[in-house]
Amino acid sequence: MPTTGIVKGIISNLVIVEADGPVAQNEICMIDLSGTELMAEVIKVQNNQAFAQVFESTRGLKVGTGVHFTGNMLEATLGPGILSRNYDGLQNDLDRLDGVFLRKGDRNFPLDEKAEWSFKPLAGNGDEVVAGSWLGEVTENWIPHKVMVPFKLSGNYTVKWIAPSGDYTIREVIAVLTDTNGNETEVTMYQKWPVKLPVRAYKNKTRPFRIMETGIRVIDTLNPMAEGGTGFIPGPFGCGKTVLQHALSRQAEADMVIVAACGERANEVVEIFTEFPELIDARTGRKLIERTTIIANTSNMPVAAREASVYTAMTIAEYYRSMGLKILLLADSTSRWAQALREMSNRMEELPGPDAFPMDLPAIISNYYSRAGFVELSNGKTGSITFIGTVSPAGGNLKEPVTESTKKTARCFYALSQQRSDSKRYPAIDPIDSYSKYLEYEEVQNYISENISNDWVDKVVKVRDVLIKGREAQEQINILGDDGVPVEYHVRFWKSEVIDFIILQQDAFDPVDRLTPLKRQEYMINKLLEVIDSDMHFDSFEDVSSWFKKLINLFKQMNYSDFKSKEFSSYENEVDEMLIEIVKT
Amino acid sequence: MSEKIAFQKIYTRLTKITKATCSVKASGIGYDELAIVHGRLAQVVKIMGDEVILQVFSGTEGLPNNAELVFLGKAPSLRVDDDLAGRFLNAYGEPIDDGPALRGKEIEIGGPSVNPVRRKQPSHLIATGIAGIDLNNTLVTGQKIPFFADPDQPYNQVMATVALRAKADKIILGGMGLSNDDYLYYRNVFENAGALEKIIAFINTTEDPPVERLLVPDMALTAAEYFAVEKKQTVLVLLTDMTLFADALSIVSNRMDQIPSKDNMPGSLYSDLAKIYEKAVQFPEGGSITIIAVTTLSGGDITHAIPDNTGYITEGQLFLRRDAEIGKVIVDPFRSLSRLKQLVIGKQTREDHHQVMNSSIRLYADAANAKTKHENGFDLSDYDKRALSFAKDYSEKLLAIDINIDITTMLDTGWDLFANYFSPAEIGIKEEFVNKYWPGRKEN
Ligand SMILES: Nc1ncnc2c1ncn2[C@@H]1O[C@H](COP(=O)(O)OP(=O)(O)OP(=O)(O)O)[C@@H](O)[C@H]1O
Ligand SMILES: [Mg+2]
Repeated sequence: MPTTGIVKGIISNLVIVEADGPVAQNEICMIDLSGTELMAEVIKVQNNQAFAQVFESTRGLKVGTGVHFTGNMLEATLGPGILSRNYDGLQNDLDRLDGVFLRKGDRNFPLDEKAEWSFKPLAGNGDEVVAGSWLGEVTENWIPHKVMVPFKLSGNYTVKWIAPSGDYTIREVIAVLTDTNGNETEVTMYQKWPVKLPVRAYKNKTRPFRIMETGIRVIDTLNPMAEGGTGFIPGPFGCGKTVLQHALSRQAEADMVIVAACGERANEVVEIFTEFPELIDARTGRKLIERTTIIANTSNMPVAAREASVYTAMTIAEYYRSMGLKILLLADSTSRWAQALREMSNRMEELPGPDAFPMDLPAIISNYYSRAGFVELSNGKTGSITFIGTVSPAGGNLKEPVTESTKKTARCFYALSQQRSDSKRYPAIDPIDSYSKYLEYEEVQNYISENISNDWVDKVVKVRDVLIKGREAQEQINILGDDGVPVEYHVRFWKSEVIDFIILQQDAFDPVDRLTPLKRQEYMINKLLEVIDSDMHFDSFEDVSSWFKKLINLFKQMNYSDFKSKEFSSYENEVDEMLIEIVKT
Repeated sequence: MSEKIAFQKIYTRLTKITKATCSVKASGIGYDELAIVHGRLAQVVKIMGDEVILQVFSGTEGLPNNAELVFLGKAPSLRVDDDLAGRFLNAYGEPIDDGPALRGKEIEIGGPSVNPVRRKQPSHLIATGIAGIDLNNTLVTGQKIPFFADPDQPYNQVMATVALRAKADKIILGGMGLSNDDYLYYRNVFENAGALEKIIAFINTTEDPPVERLLVPDMALTAAEYFAVEKKQTVLVLLTDMTLFADALSIVSNRMDQIPSKDNMPGSLYSDLAKIYEKAVQFPEGGSITIIAVTTLSGGDITHAIPDNTGYITEGQLFLRRDAEIGKVIVDPFRSLSRLKQLVIGKQTREDHHQVMNSSIRLYADAANAKTKHENGFDLSDYDKRALSFAKDYSEKLLAIDINIDITTMLDTGWDLFANYFSPAEIGIKEEFVNKYWPGRKEN
């Protein structure tokens, strides 16, 4: 018999329920608020008392109200039809909810139950299969969506029957499997999975080795992200975290992009809703919305569902990774998720850690990041989840628990600098503080040698050096005055400015500049290294700045022109002439 | 509060009284429900078994433990209909203007959020005549943006001016900890402008208990939603001062022994503020709610938890600053930002808007550098001197808050200033625009 209970205490969205039977941690229960069912998740069990966080407003809830426990944890529903959807943090399809306002207790089934999918079997009778094995395939938008052995099935199975090619709805049985004891299990095109548990239906997880192109120069060239890698973007408000994530969601080389808008502004999600159906993916020529799923749990939506939203998004990513796809998962902002944890922890009067965040925050964050990664599937194919989260540090100070915990686990650090943002040097990624650990991976270095060039890493290190030396020169100039330092200092400073203006800075709103393919980045770096390596002679510091301003302007025009177009080449010629001129004199 | 409820159980034994809350043993009480204790309004904030803990809005001073307590069976609510227009109300939504009691439909305040897929991208420019706003930090309907201001700056005057020029169908003022003088100032300004019939005000002054302020934003936004959703009107909500609202939040949470986070603020500050600011919305059917707020700073510190959390929620911020050079208050072009401006500039304004805005701010920055250089004892170049003269003129003719011109005039003024002090090459604007708008070169 399912466990039931009654409400004993209410503190905002924390409800204490006295249960009459067994209750599991993270079990979902339903609270009956005069006919409206409020969904809640058990987050602590003490004797026969369950502490549950309610996913909606508890206004009007009374002590003594009946509760029933569902026996399930919070689950994502996985099947064809998730692409292009807009879900809330609990995977309700927002477009199919009635009315302008979100009403208490409104829920729906996340998939289209009536749609028919054209199914093609991939497995045959008698095949040995395990959780995650591909049984068949349907085409979703343009992705070959695999119908898999449900992740929940453990052990070995044999395909007893598989449906012939044809049109089926997600509720129809498309395969029958037998376990080693001869018990039969029917499989449909959808399955459920508890969002807080990682999907482990793969053979092994390997170290990332391939670069994931984003078209953003300061990332690809200086701090590359790896396919299956992790990274985070901390920064004070207004420094460009969201603009950067939106650029990644538009441009990154991924089969599918999942955007979790977690506790941020609704208008920013509306921007995606408005633009993605119109924008074209430069690589496939298809509408961006075709490869995108949005999980929107904005700041005004219930706090507990905000916490769930990042897990829902990750579970969907794991499901599609199991099909052998490259997934990019973005979450803006993971700090809001941590704050949701903090709110609940405070309500439960748990012993607080630093800044009143829960003690186990570092573990929660690192468990989450560890669900990303590059995996080899049981059939030898590979898939990946690349995860990039933003962090919104209080007061812009990076010495705070969420930033510090994330820094320990994420491998790429894209620090946004207030100073760069104030001077409109976008994207405001600090070139010296930021890093990508993947550049140190032997696998990645090998990949770079084979796919870009042998000496690429050396070049990147050199560019970084130029930036550091430029910063030092600038400090000296500021202290001693323009004419208090040798002219050489000005040259050093301006060489770093060329890198800054031409590689680091990139106009996210310009149709050409916003996306620079790696090939073009390589070309530009080589071009700039010619400048760096030139031995230049100037008579006075005034000549240095005016010469470099002109050079930067030409390079900028190159950035704004189509690669190797007529204009591009003519600006390049002018650059070459300037260089010849200055080296000669 | 004098509302009398018949046939309601009267409790007469308070089990606990703290500075902001009281407790009573009771059953069948709903969370968030209102009660009247000793003639004061209170709201349920925690229920544990048969113990109900209530926050007393006007404070618990002098509250005896045998006080009469009656539950009202409902959450805080407001009566809404078209007659709300022109009314001045207190934090409970009760008239303070000698007018009749409200009669409209009773709606619970702090209602549900708009489904994000039902929102429309904000796209209508709000013209204020103030170039520091319209030219550099253009506002859009459906936006939420605060003034970050020191307490001695004239933010209430600027807000009143913006409100009157904004062409809104309704202006809803939520005053929290407003000084009586400022309250009367708003009243007079609206009255003199003949705009009283489109004003609705919810006022909590410094003389009223601080905890009552917690109701003001939700009251104001409930009224706003009525006019924006049901009447498809353009509604402008002014919230002043949100810092005092947040202070009231911290009073309650500290008195309930919650663990404070940064700057003694409750850990839920971000969510509490976001719930208010996210009520700003553009509806597809035409109605909209725009929120302009004030967050006063202490000592200009924007890393304090209140402005910091606000900055993470709102779509930009406006800074006021006294410019000693011209002796006037200006809208600071460096620190101010309207994040939605790109949705309208160059689209609903002239094509050169973006470039004129950027170039003039860059030149203004050059002037700031020249000033520092001068202060550090270095010589100024000819360019530096011209930049400084430009900056003074720019401040006077465009940044000052007493400007009232349309955006095209602002752009023309910008070009005049460029031409007065610089050559086209020094401005770095697209050739095409220079040919078209540079004074003396204009095609038409
Ligand atoms: N790459 C860019 N190019 C041009 N402008 C940018 C860029 N990045 C940021 N901006 C400007 O900065 C503003 C704020 O950026 P964004 O919304 O990404 O900040 P954020 O770090 O996400 O802030 P918050 O923490 O408050 O959400 C944008 O509205 C835009 O005006
Ligand atoms: Mg953001």
